Amino acid sequence: MARIELNNLAHQYAPGGEYALQPMQHVWEDGGAYALLGPSGCGKTTLLNIISGLLTPSQGQVLFGDQDVTRLPPEQRNIGQVFQFPVIYDTMSVFDNLAFPLRNRRLSEDYVSRRVTQIAGMLGLDEVLKRRAKNLTADAKQKISLGRGLVREDVAAVLFDEPLTVIDPHLKWQLRRKLREVHEQLNLTLVYVTHDQTEALTFADKVVVMLAGQVLQVGTPQALFERPEHTFVGYFIGSPGMNFMDCQVEGSEAIVAGERIAVDPAMAAAASESGGQLQLGIRPGLIRPAAADEAGLMIQVDQVEDLGDYELITGHLGEHKIHVRLEESEKIGSDGLKVVFPTEHSLLYADDRLVGGGA
Amino acid sequence: MDKREYQWAWLMVLPVVLIVAFSAIMPLMTVVNYSVQDIFGPGSRFFVGTEWFKEVLRDPALHGALIRQIIFSAAVLVIQIPLGIALALCMPKKGPWVSVALVLLALPLLVPWNVVGTIWQVFARPDVGLAGVAINSLGFDYNYTGDPIDAWFTVLVMDVWHWTSLVILLCYAGLQAIPDAFYQAARIDGASRWAVFRYIELPKLKGVLLIAILLRFIFSFRIYAEPFVLTGGGPGNSTTFLSQSLTTMAVGQFDLGPAAAFSLIYFLIILLFSYVFYLTILNMDREG
Repeated sequence: MARIELNNLAHQYAPGGEYALQPMQHVWEDGGAYALLGPSGCGKTTLLNIISGLLTPSQGQVLFGDQDVTRLPPEQRNIGQVFQFPVIYDTMSVFDNLAFPLRNRRLSEDYVSRRVTQIAGMLGLDEVLKRRAKNLTADAKQKISLGRGLVREDVAAVLFDEPLTVIDPHLKWQLRRKLREVHEQLNLTLVYVTHDQTEALTFADKVVVMLAGQVLQVGTPQALFERPEHTFVGYFIGSPGMNFMDCQVEGSEAIVAGERIAVDPAMAAAASESGGQLQLGIRPGLIRPAAADEAGLMIQVDQVEDLGDYELITGHLGEHKIHVRLEESEKIGSDGLKVVFPTEHSLLYADDRLVGGGA
Repeated sequence: MDKREYQWAWLMVLPVVLIVAFSAIMPLMTVVNYSVQDIFGPGSRFFVGTEWFKEVLRDPALHGALIRQIIFSAAVLVIQIPLGIALALCMPKKGPWVSVALVLLALPLLVPWNVVGTIWQVFARPDVGLAGVAINSLGFDYNYTGDPIDAWFTVLVMDVWHWTSLVILLCYAGLQAIPDAFYQAARIDGASRWAVFRYIELPKLKGVLLIAILLRFIFSFRIYAEPFVLTGGGPGNSTTFLSQSLTTMAVGQFDLGPAAAFSLIYFLIILLFSYVFYLTILNMDREG
């Protein structure tokens, strides 16, 4: 087990070519569950392969604890990796599959059998230990891949590359819960690559959001939701994503489509100083309907979708398209929906970055 | 459903039935017909039952040819399958050399079979052939027209040259189909090169190896043109294989009855062997 440190890490597939990974500096704590989240092609698999050693970065260092492992091949790094598709050894039994990494390291057969039985018990594979791995279902096979990662006690981290892609939806949930359980029991560092925000948010303690080879934000699911540090994070996380509207700032108010919206004074001051292109961001679910006698903004409603436990309003404020999540539809008047943007949830962004945010 | 529709269905498959009848069933029936009759000329023939089959099965010349044939096919499989796998593993996986290697490998397969025989007949000649002269100058007394062992050696090397490419190409296609994740997982699991071959590559190649073994067995068991051109079945009858014996019997001696019986037995042997191979390899998967 170890802390993973990415020291000034960057990668270009061809020298002088485009950066697949922009230079980055991160420390991932020992025993943490991290998710790398981003759209396809954002560099998350590249980063994962650098950590596992399948790829050598063109720049910077990877440290496991105090050890520099940048140039070490995967077999000397003590990591486990679970791939998108289950990788099993067809001709072997489930037991032999799980024992394979231990036998390759010439551990005693006594120990191997004890350890394999233990891990199989943890994953619920004890019933099928003697069966041929080839004939099992996809989720059982994926558990075997996972088991091969967990079976070594010296493993520093287990890496997952979209491991639930081929799993049936109702089993995805079970397998994800199994992962959480394993994480709690073994206190391993887990790194999980996915493009599915639900998977990332339910799995991880910390989510690393990536776009175009760049880490935009590392934070708890709550932080990503409440204070996205980049407009992409706001847009990518949440369904629908955050509303963003071009604005100007005057004093402690943002002006959107001629309407004045109160924002945090310190944030407003920092925003006017930044001199960048300003945007006001707010979550659809954090906009609240105004009380009858309260001053508010009038939103022209274009569409109302009933999504069961809530309603999604698509409308516009001036020329800006806007989504609002409402508990009930009664508040919509004939001239539109009157809403309030709560000050604490109205965030300002300069050139796509949160004003006064961490980065 | 209406009966009429079923009759339509029969009509629809009729063209295929006719084609198969003309191309396969009728010629085969002719052979069956010959195999149970003694034919002296048009309108002059006698039914002889299983007489020809008994004669063929008792013929010591054919026993010899069958034994040589089995040894030859076994040698072909024992040499070409492992060699094909090994060479496929050495092939480049990507880059410009892939096409170069593929073209070079395909070349022997494109040469007409009797031309292969001619090439090697000249190439291996101890007086003017490049290979023959080279072997003799190394101090070996090599002459494939005089020495049965030299003749066998030459026929086998020629067949390896001609056909190993097929095994390589099949295995190469099989290897290319293995996803990278398997190799990556094996590296992470600390597997040796041998373990990667034994537990990933070989199991994944099983399907193409089944095809390679079947094709190589069938082709080698039917081999005719190359040894016929190279050695003419000699010296003596040391490289006379089944198809050459058959041709001699049918075309040379015009013994149509025994030749027909022999053809059927020959056909059944190939069918039986192929079926046994097929079952064996399929069952390898099921155990455990």
